[in-house]
Amino acid sequence: MTAGGQTTPGPDLATAAAAGESPQSDGVAGPDSPTGKTTLHTSIPNDRGTLSPWGRFNRRSPLAALILQRLALSIALLFAVSLLIFGGVEALPGDFATTYLGQSATPQAVANIRKDLGLDQPATTRYVHWLGGALQGDFGTSWASRQSVSEQIGKRLGNSLFLAFFAAIISIPLAVILGMLAVQFRDRMPDKIINVISLAAISLPEFFVGYLLILFFAVQMGVATFPATVYDTMTLGERLSAIALPTATLVLVVLAHMMRMTRAAILNVMSSAYVETAELKGLSGLTIIARHAAPNAVAPVINVIALNLAYLVVGVVVVEVVFVYPGMGQYMVDAVTVRDMPVVQACGLIFAAFYIFLNMMADILAIIANPRLRHPR
Amino acid sequence: MPDLLSVRDLKIEATSYPPGEPPKTVTLVEGVSFDVQKGKVIGLIGESGAGKSTIGLTALAYGRGGVRITGGEVKLNGQDLLKLSPSGIRQVRGAKVCYVAQSAAAAFNPAHRLGDQVIEATLKHGIMSRAEAEKRAIYLFRVLGLPNPETFGERYPHQVSGGQLQRAMTAMALCPNPELIVFDEPTTALDVTTQIDVLAAIKHAIEETNTAAIYITHDLAVVAQITDDILVLRHGKMVEYGSVRQIIEAPTQDYTRALVNVRGSRRDEAPDQSDTLLKIDNVTAGYGGFKVLHDISLHLPKGQTLAVVGESGSGKSTLARVVTGLLPPMQGSVSFGGKTLPPALKGRSRDELRRIQMIYQMADTAMNPRQTVRDIVGRPLSFYFGTHGREKTERVKELLDQIEMGERFLDRYPAELSGGQKQRVAIARALAAKPELILCDEPTSALDPLVAEGILKLLLKLQEDTQVSYMFITHDIAIGLAIADSVAVMHRGRLVRFGPKSKVLSPPFDDYTDLLLKSVPEMEIGWLEKVLKTRRMESAGN
Repeated sequence: MTAGGQTTPGPDLATAAAAGESPQSDGVAGPDSPTGKTTLHTSIPNDRGTLSPWGRFNRRSPLAALILQRLALSIALLFAVSLLIFGGVEALPGDFATTYLGQSATPQAVANIRKDLGLDQPATTRYVHWLGGALQGDFGTSWASRQSVSEQIGKRLGNSLFLAFFAAIISIPLAVILGMLAVQFRDRMPDKIINVISLAAISLPEFFVGYLLILFFAVQMGVATFPATVYDTMTLGERLSAIALPTATLVLVVLAHMMRMTRAAILNVMSSAYVETAELKGLSGLTIIARHAAPNAVAPVINVIALNLAYLVVGVVVVEVVFVYPGMGQYMVDAVTVRDMPVVQACGLIFAAFYIFLNMMADILAIIANPRLRHPR
Repeated sequence: MPDLLSVRDLKIEATSYPPGEPPKTVTLVEGVSFDVQKGKVIGLIGESGAGKSTIGLTALAYGRGGVRITGGEVKLNGQDLLKLSPSGIRQVRGAKVCYVAQSAAAAFNPAHRLGDQVIEATLKHGIMSRAEAEKRAIYLFRVLGLPNPETFGERYPHQVSGGQLQRAMTAMALCPNPELIVFDEPTTALDVTTQIDVLAAIKHAIEETNTAAIYITHDLAVVAQITDDILVLRHGKMVEYGSVRQIIEAPTQDYTRALVNVRGSRRDEAPDQSDTLLKIDNVTAGYGGFKVLHDISLHLPKGQTLAVVGESGSGKSTLARVVTGLLPPMQGSVSFGGKTLPPALKGRSRDELRRIQMIYQMADTAMNPRQTVRDIVGRPLSFYFGTHGREKTERVKELLDQIEMGERFLDRYPAELSGGQKQRVAIARALAAKPELILCDEPTSALDPLVAEGILKLLLKLQEDTQVSYMFITHDIAIGLAIADSVAVMHRGRLVRFGPKSKVLSPPFDDYTDLLLKSVPEMEIGWLEKVLKTRRMESAGN
């Protein structure tokens, strides 16, 4: 470092830096104004300090302003996705009526069914109708089973979330702890073992891991339940024992990604000056990692956790099929094969909502984790 | 009195990995011995690469990066720290010996409150209860002159200024009541007016708590204010070791003498300042509606030097951006050689660009690391004059001779040059365009004093040879004194004072110029106390 001009950038540097920076910037020195950091509704104070109402709010509590912004963005995004889903389903080749009636159906019969389902109306009318229902939690009626989509999905979504929840509460703490251990013993035996095992787990396809687990634990040792079908009448204990194997499969699949990200994020922080300070205070290795490195590595770790959570909810199709587990994924695949559009649309929208919601939460948590935004000057 | 710390025949090595060669062991420090008595302060002084920080950190038995302490002994109260187990060393660090880093801004954890960090080591080593430690922290904040000592600890690092952070770091080191503190350039990154406050606070706190200290710096004038003994280092070896009075007043080695006299040179200003080259008229400029410069008017005569002096945030670099056209002003204009310059870079012709060149503070980030000196210096030749082939090589050699480096550097990469050599290459690149004005943005502040002086001498020589003008931006008013014909003092985006050097730097002064002039450390024992008594204005930045 050099003399004079460097540690406390003046207003010139601060405002210049404010133009296009994300809130998670990890620059350390200097009085950069949090107000300037938001990219959407930035209102830079002019010489006299007159501000728009949003600008004033933004300056008083930048944290709340940023969170509100993220919320608004998420809602806008969900709307855009609903358009995409509807448009995509419209553009799909094939038609429910012909699939349902078979090749030899008369044009009259096809037209009747189309009329029954409301397909003779223009797409915009149907979109508005569908979206209006969806906003009230009504996704219409399944064309194939003639039952309410919301009711059917409700049960299956519950099952999927139940599975994802248990996979998450095991894999996240495990990944973070393993990541910290890998840092503490970096480039030594424990680090290498953790790396190799987690890499192997992520490299094997999940159906293969699933079948291996079934082979060893259910067939040969007979300690686990298979198939993992759950019913309404089961007790919690029975349910847990039923989902043990699919949960284990999911944990193995998502663990490596989160563990490696934790390791990389903490290692990155470990080379910073404040970690040296901690070392020169005589703190022990694990205290340094847990207290001084981890809080500053939170933002990237949260992001990768959110991605994996989204994967747990959205991407479990294969695992559900392998273990014959009655969740959302299986339901959606079945609906696509018979062109049961209301079900496909509903599943798509719910998956998208989860994805957007989890990513928004990750964003918000990363913002909250930044002390510069939590405690403005 | 027995020595608190006794270092004998220290040897420190590191392994370097030159590309394409087998790794080799480099000796960083050899044969260094010194003692520190209880309550005394020793200064380690030398240029970068002298091994000062490396030696300082051995008092905590710490090697930064791949550095290894391979020989000698470091005895604290008779116990050799180098023979301790890792857990034994942890008992010493943060309890008996503490460390104050150069950049407190980077050394504080942004995720925790200052107070928690200040008392962390004290609690960890079980020296005091939490309540006692908090009380002591508040006491130290008060001793160090921090604002609102009772609540200061509740703040986060980003909520306080650089000077306050540096003092908080000192409080952190003092909190566990250590026997020894290592200060590693604690004021180097601060503005001069802030440095003096921090220096005074550190000195006061050391006296108050009767702690011994190792004070590391490259600035002999600073160390003279605070230490009892001085150890001069160069290339990892001892040059001279003695009391502060002996080193300052009767140095025995040539190198020490050069350090003591480094700020000796002064140049008389040019008598005639009427032939104006650059004229800045009522310029107001800023970023995105936020004004950084307010109504600045300056002019610079042909073949002369204008020093623009100010602290960080004074707007001096912004002024340079306005002159280069990188930042078009909101109001006002810049004229050059009698003609008004187009405000934005895009509107300027190639010849207008050629006539104004720049050199920067960080020469290494201003050069492409994958180009050789030949390419770097040759680029303006082909860009502005279309010079090619043999002619271009000859011209590059000529330029290298002008900057006193010579043609053996033609095919070197920036990474193979020292800091001073890089800055010389940057000067050659600017000269290659045959400019009439070179904007120098703190070109010497990243360099060691002796190297910096070499650069200044070179710049003055080149001015005599080529009649080039300099607009020299600096935070160091002493450099202004040394090389300028006229001086502009800036403070918070406004021009405080402007005119020929003799006029600007003679009384009566305005308060800010007075503060700035008095804050430049002088090579004189007792200067700090004297200055603090006669100050008219509190420091600007804190």
